[in-house]
Amino acid sequence: MKKTIRKIFDKKHISRTISYLVVIAGFVIIQLLMNTIGIKSLFRSLLVPTCCYIVVALALNLVVGVSGELSLGHSGFMAVGAFTGIIISGLLEPYLAINWLRLLIAMFVGGIMAGIVGLFISVPVLKLQGDYLAIVTLAFCQIIKSLLNNVYLGVDINGLHFSFVENRISLAQGGRMLLSGPMGAIAITRLATFTAGFLLILFTLLIIYNLTYSRFGRSIMAARDNRIAAESVGIHIRNTKMLAFVISAILAGMAGALFGLNYSTLQPAKFDFNLSILILVYVVLGGLGNMTGTIISTMILYALPELLRGLQDYRMLIYSIILILIMLVTNNQTLKEKTENLITKIKSRFLKKGSVAHD
Amino acid sequence: MYFENIRKGVESMAFLSYLINGMGLGSVYAIIALGYTMVYGIAKMLNFAHGDVIMIGAYTAFYCLTVFKFSTFTSILIAVLLCTVLGILIERFAYKPLRKASSLSVLITAIGVSYFLQNLAQILFGTNPKVFPELMRNSTFSLFDGQLTLSYKTLLTIIVCILIMILLTIFVNKTKTGKAMRACSQDKEAAQLMGINVDNTISITFALGSGLAAIAAVLLCMTYSTFTPTLGSMPGIKAFTAAVFGGIGSIPGAFVGGLLLGIIETLTKAYLSTQLSDAIVFMVLIIVLLIRPTGLLGKKVHEKV
Amino acid sequence: MIMKKIITLLLVSLLALSSLAGCNKPGEPEAKTIKIGLSGPLTGGAAIYGVAVKNGAELAIAEINAKGGLQLEINMQDDEADATKADTAYDFLLDWGMQVSMFTVTSGAGSGVAPRYDEDHIFALTPSGSAPALVYSDTKVYATTFQMCFSDPNQGVGSADYIKEHNLGTKVAIIYKSDCVYSTGITQKFVDRAAEIGLEIVFQGAFDDSSATDFTTQLQGAKAADADVMFLPIYYTPASSILKQAADMSYAPIFFGVDGMDGILTMDGFDTSLAEGVYLLTPFAADATDDATVHFVTEYQKAYGEIPNQFAADAYDVVYALYQALVAGGVTYDMTAQEIADILIEQFTTMTFDGVTGTSVTWAANGEVSKAPKAVIIRNGVYVNAE
Repeated sequence: MKKTIRKIFDKKHISRTISYLVVIAGFVIIQLLMNTIGIKSLFRSLLVPTCCYIVVALALNLVVGVSGELSLGHSGFMAVGAFTGIIISGLLEPYLAINWLRLLIAMFVGGIMAGIVGLFISVPVLKLQGDYLAIVTLAFCQIIKSLLNNVYLGVDINGLHFSFVENRISLAQGGRMLLSGPMGAIAITRLATFTAGFLLILFTLLIIYNLTYSRFGRSIMAARDNRIAAESVGIHIRNTKMLAFVISAILAGMAGALFGLNYSTLQPAKFDFNLSILILVYVVLGGLGNMTGTIISTMILYALPELLRGLQDYRMLIYSIILILIMLVTNNQTLKEKTENLITKIKSRFLKKGSVAHD
Repeated sequence: MYFENIRKGVESMAFLSYLINGMGLGSVYAIIALGYTMVYGIAKMLNFAHGDVIMIGAYTAFYCLTVFKFSTFTSILIAVLLCTVLGILIERFAYKPLRKASSLSVLITAIGVSYFLQNLAQILFGTNPKVFPELMRNSTFSLFDGQLTLSYKTLLTIIVCILIMILLTIFVNKTKTGKAMRACSQDKEAAQLMGINVDNTISITFALGSGLAAIAAVLLCMTYSTFTPTLGSMPGIKAFTAAVFGGIGSIPGAFVGGLLLGIIETLTKAYLSTQLSDAIVFMVLIIVLLIRPTGLLGKKVHEKV
Repeated sequence: MIMKKIITLLLVSLLALSSLAGCNKPGEPEAKTIKIGLSGPLTGGAAIYGVAVKNGAELAIAEINAKGGLQLEINMQDDEADATKADTAYDFLLDWGMQVSMFTVTSGAGSGVAPRYDEDHIFALTPSGSAPALVYSDTKVYATTFQMCFSDPNQGVGSADYIKEHNLGTKVAIIYKSDCVYSTGITQKFVDRAAEIGLEIVFQGAFDDSSATDFTTQLQGAKAADADVMFLPIYYTPASSILKQAADMSYAPIFFGVDGMDGILTMDGFDTSLAEGVYLLTPFAADATDDATVHFVTEYQKAYGEIPNQFAADAYDVVYALYQALVAGGVTYDMTAQEIADILIEQFTTMTFDGVTGTSVTWAANGEVSKAPKAVIIRNGVYVNAE
């Protein structure tokens, strides 16, 4: 027992523990608030989407940070997961009334579907490198969105009806459309809960950490740091990257399913290139390979601005300026030094005023 | 069912008009793609903000024409100058400090600049769509006994694109600055050792690309008159795809890529489906990249140990 | 070192959370009013509608409050005609303490929040969200959602009938927006009706958000099919592009729009001569001579400096209809939204209403209104009755 506790808190594993702690603490605090003084409706509506974005950002970090490949198409996996989840939930609704079970099945199937799509995509994608790889992921993201925009799926007593591009489905009495092309899904039964989101984040962290802190994880990072050297040592580059990519897709799909079941209408157009970029920004600002950082940056960058509705117009402007400044300061040596000097100067001025001298 | 349409279409004059429209669209993509490809060639970065420079060009021309009531020529000139300066400023303040950083960091910074421009425009100009004033009236003429109607605007767009292509090729191959650009894109350090001012050359490249963006903006708004602050978003991505398609870093590649993309997009919309045109265009891109990993006219890059 | 990081983290998050936590119950109101909430596009490609609704509603509220008696207060949030943003706006309005709602301005936004209004049992009367999805879904009727505007099926059927009866042409082309529930709904009904009455549709072209600027391909297709009537069940922004691009290729069919075409003449920079001869549907005629309309148009012009469109008129009517029902149902300021909803449902399904957009208007139990669309044609930059 003592040994396990020591193991959790020792230097090697401390960052992992912090991740889990941050997530658990956040969940507990919010639950407390919800059950005591209550929280604003606006804030409550942000809980599930934030969890979803955190999971997708973590999944993307696995590909970009740990595996070292720039993927601009993760919103496509979210889309696949979301609509698969919605369809599954819609199909099971008349037969299975236990909400959390339906949600679980929807997330599971959504994840698997996204994983299959990820597997299919990874074959051509991993044939390329660098910027070209990024562009192909972007292309696939747009293709997925475009294909989903043309899928019509309805269900009635006669079974499932499918139509592509044109809606040629006529439903019998009592039937309903699950997916209506560009209009997506309408009248979705909302199943998502904050608890589910919290558990998904924990699950994601578990998977990612077990992957990165294993022999396999080390080979992924070796492939990232020096491809040719890794290959010469016998690491199969394609397979390692493919596994990371597919796992990332599965996680993003599960998050997508949770996301889809949080809204009563959802259109495929929402999962476009801009969403991929947004998540990439969360990942980069949180630190490549740094999971805790990703969680925090997503929380701050997504949730906080949404609540500042009054500053809506200027919010995005300020956000973009901060983004540019952060990138400049963290990457440019001279700016970095200047900023550090500035911070030390400010610190020393504050501490001078205090009567006790700190270190 | 689709193939019958295609067969019927090819036989008729409609095909020719779609083709020419596609070339018009492709010309705009090509001019925008030139900006992406030149910057990538020399600075090895993807300038995501390029599409938004186009948008600024459009708004500048719009206000020059409507509020200040300048002539068409003056307005276009001012738009080009403003975009050129904008391009140089962006390079100087956002990209130059990151020359030694990883390409991912520069990408994110470019995204930041893109967001910045879009939101600035939203605040300054509002998000309500504006209508670009009419620059050319009575703009069609027919051939083949009225079976084929062509628009002067489309022809103008194609001609401008060809002109730019020719001028740019001459510039890059024959002038000293052009040679400097080529040298920098091959090997920055060697170029510097040869006495070339790398900083200036890069700035000139950005300036050139941004100036061209303004021209693309005017051509775009001439044909599709309604615009908003997100004007540059979609054409930006498509032109970027075209640049990669043709081989990023290659100027003729941008031209070929842009034209082909415009033609494929228009023909797909006309004969297969408007809803699937995006998917098909990107599918073609992927197939091309799988066969030729560096694009149609791109150079093969060998990795050294 | 690590502990310091953790503590700072927790402190920051606590700070953030504390600023966001707050009571979800409405506090003591400063001035007693009935709180009316709604969302609409105050910015973006449909902003003319949101602003018109805002103006019409505020004008009605000012008039009503001036009478003394029941006082009303309105809070309009910007949803940019997007369902997700309307969802956020709904949460915002809930926090504000909304007791009644004017729902949303556009159908797309409304279809997203309709189930929530039903779930939370809050009464919502939309001035202009015309899609059936706002009042019922494939599986259930939303008890608390009602419409003031004629529904999309009506528009689709009415348009087809008008084109056939008035012999506007024999070959119809349609260009519609495939990701818009409003546009696809009307198109579907139009196509069905056209088949019934023998109206020939020779071309159907679609576009969506990502391709909403370039219509040359669709127009060429329509031209190649020799269409002499073009049906445009879309909003004014893409319609303006279509009119211009058609003129650019010397293609001049008769254009027939629906209520979404309203607003095209007030678009910033639009050449109104391009809209000459365009038909559209509206329940409201600004040049009508009945007292109510004259009063409304005069007051609106005084307050906002322009002639109101049907969206402003519908919003004006919504406020008056709500007022009528609130007063008749004896609603008081301290009632919850749910109690008010029950009273209003009872009122609306039994009362008749006279307004500027229709007289002897009644509502069915599922929320649909008994209004029929009227056709007008644009001549010299104004609407002229075309019935």
